[in-house]
Amino acid sequence: MNPLATIGSAFMVFLGALGRLAMFAGNAVSHCVRPPLYPRLIGRQLLEIGYYSLPVVGLTTLFSGMVLALQSYTGFARFSAESAVATVVVLSMTRELAPVLAGLMVAGRVGAAMAAEIGTMRVTEQIDALTTLSTNPFKYLIAPRLIAGTVSLPILVLIGDIIGVFGGYVVGVYKLDFNAGTYIQSTVQYLEQVDVVSGLVKAGVFGFIVALMGCYHGFNSRGGAQGVGAATTNAVVTASIMILIANYAITEMFFSS
Amino acid sequence: MAEQPKIRIRNLHKRFGPKIVLNGLDLDVGVAESVVVIGGSGTGKSVLLKCILGLMEPDSGTIEIDGRNVVGLPRAEREAYMRKFGMLFQGGALFDSLPVWENVAFGLIQAQRMDRHQAREIALKKLAQVGLGEDVSKLSPSELSGGMQKRVSLARAIAAEPEIIFFDEPTTGLDPIMADVINDLIIKCVRELGASALSITHDMASARKIADRIAMLYEGKIIWAGPVADIDGSGNPYVDQFINGRAEGPIEMAVLRP
Repeated sequence: MNPLATIGSAFMVFLGALGRLAMFAGNAVSHCVRPPLYPRLIGRQLLEIGYYSLPVVGLTTLFSGMVLALQSYTGFARFSAESAVATVVVLSMTRELAPVLAGLMVAGRVGAAMAAEIGTMRVTEQIDALTTLSTNPFKYLIAPRLIAGTVSLPILVLIGDIIGVFGGYVVGVYKLDFNAGTYIQSTVQYLEQVDVVSGLVKAGVFGFIVALMGCYHGFNSRGGAQGVGAATTNAVVTASIMILIANYAITEMFFSS
Repeated sequence: MAEQPKIRIRNLHKRFGPKIVLNGLDLDVGVAESVVVIGGSGTGKSVLLKCILGLMEPDSGTIEIDGRNVVGLPRAEREAYMRKFGMLFQGGALFDSLPVWENVAFGLIQAQRMDRHQAREIALKKLAQVGLGEDVSKLSPSELSGGMQKRVSLARAIAAEPEIIFFDEPTTGLDPIMADVINDLIIKCVRELGASALSITHDMASARKIADRIAMLYEGKIIWAGPVADIDGSGNPYVDQFINGRAEGPIEMAVLRP
């Protein structure tokens, strides 16, 4: 067997999958911007993706902020740079940790649920039923999820930023004996608009990725319960990987110059 | 047939990889006629329905609805044809996120943009037609028995008063009495609407009851078609074997014999 042929055919399969995903995404986005939209469904998804993810995202960012303060304090103490703790916490949270962690948590929570729900609708012919009732499944099922994902994740991340910084503050002031006023001052002193904005842009992209992968894998699931299970796993794994790749790309875009 | 058939299918082909499913299928369904396609499992009955409904593109051939070929129509035009169709899915395919009445009213609310209250009134009427009361309308589909789900699904299929209704194995998975209830409801609903009906089934009792005409699908073609009264004297060995349910005969099942 020719090893090059194996690599080649695997690469072709990969390109095929990429092409299908791109066409799916293009079709889905075109339905997000063309009326009619379904405000009721978008509202329900906003609740599902945004509101119900608040506890998970809140806890994740709270403890990340706390551990960040602790770690950077003990690390920076080695070269007497303890005063940088507040700045490190706020920059890491807003630029990186809040969007990435929220994105990954939402991928696990929402992406999986979306893939399972849409996948079950596929295998029980509910998606075919939508079409026979003159309702485009892209418009009815997918567009509301994409819109809600893209809108709600930045809001979640903004709240996560605040909670994370607060977690750092609690550890800094009550455990590491920083002066409260000094801690808050050094938190805001070096924070720039672009730090927060880049995090929110990331969050929007991640929200889109999570919803897209959940919908894509659910929509294309085949073969009963096993197929739906595979779709759920694939949705979470591909969304997580794409989030990490997109994270680098967006960081490069904002901060490389 | 002097008048134009409601559905006219000519030379329809569909294959999945090396497997040929439909191989030059011809079929007509007249106005207000009920045609039942019979055939074994895996002979392409569902593929035929999906091609007509536009859920699948055939490889070649024509499907004319009211004299116009709908194969390869762009999606928007296709949706206009969809409004003439009603479909009863094998598993019911009810939307489990919505209560029963919204399932029935779905086509009216989403596609026809009807006011929700008005659509609810119509949905309740349709549910009454299939023998379900207002108490059922607020339940979720998962709370219903199989027979009730089928009836809700039937109510949904007729809610928008379609010109053609498709039935995919309407009696599968039901006990014989409930199967007969569904058969009666199908006949009643189709008559009241004056609609054409195309059903696929392998339940001969159901086929004999709801059909005006029966067509037998074998190896991707219609090998026999005729009025329901002629089916016992078809003289076709394939049809004889199928309607009498014999393992021995010209139809070879892909089963290894010991």
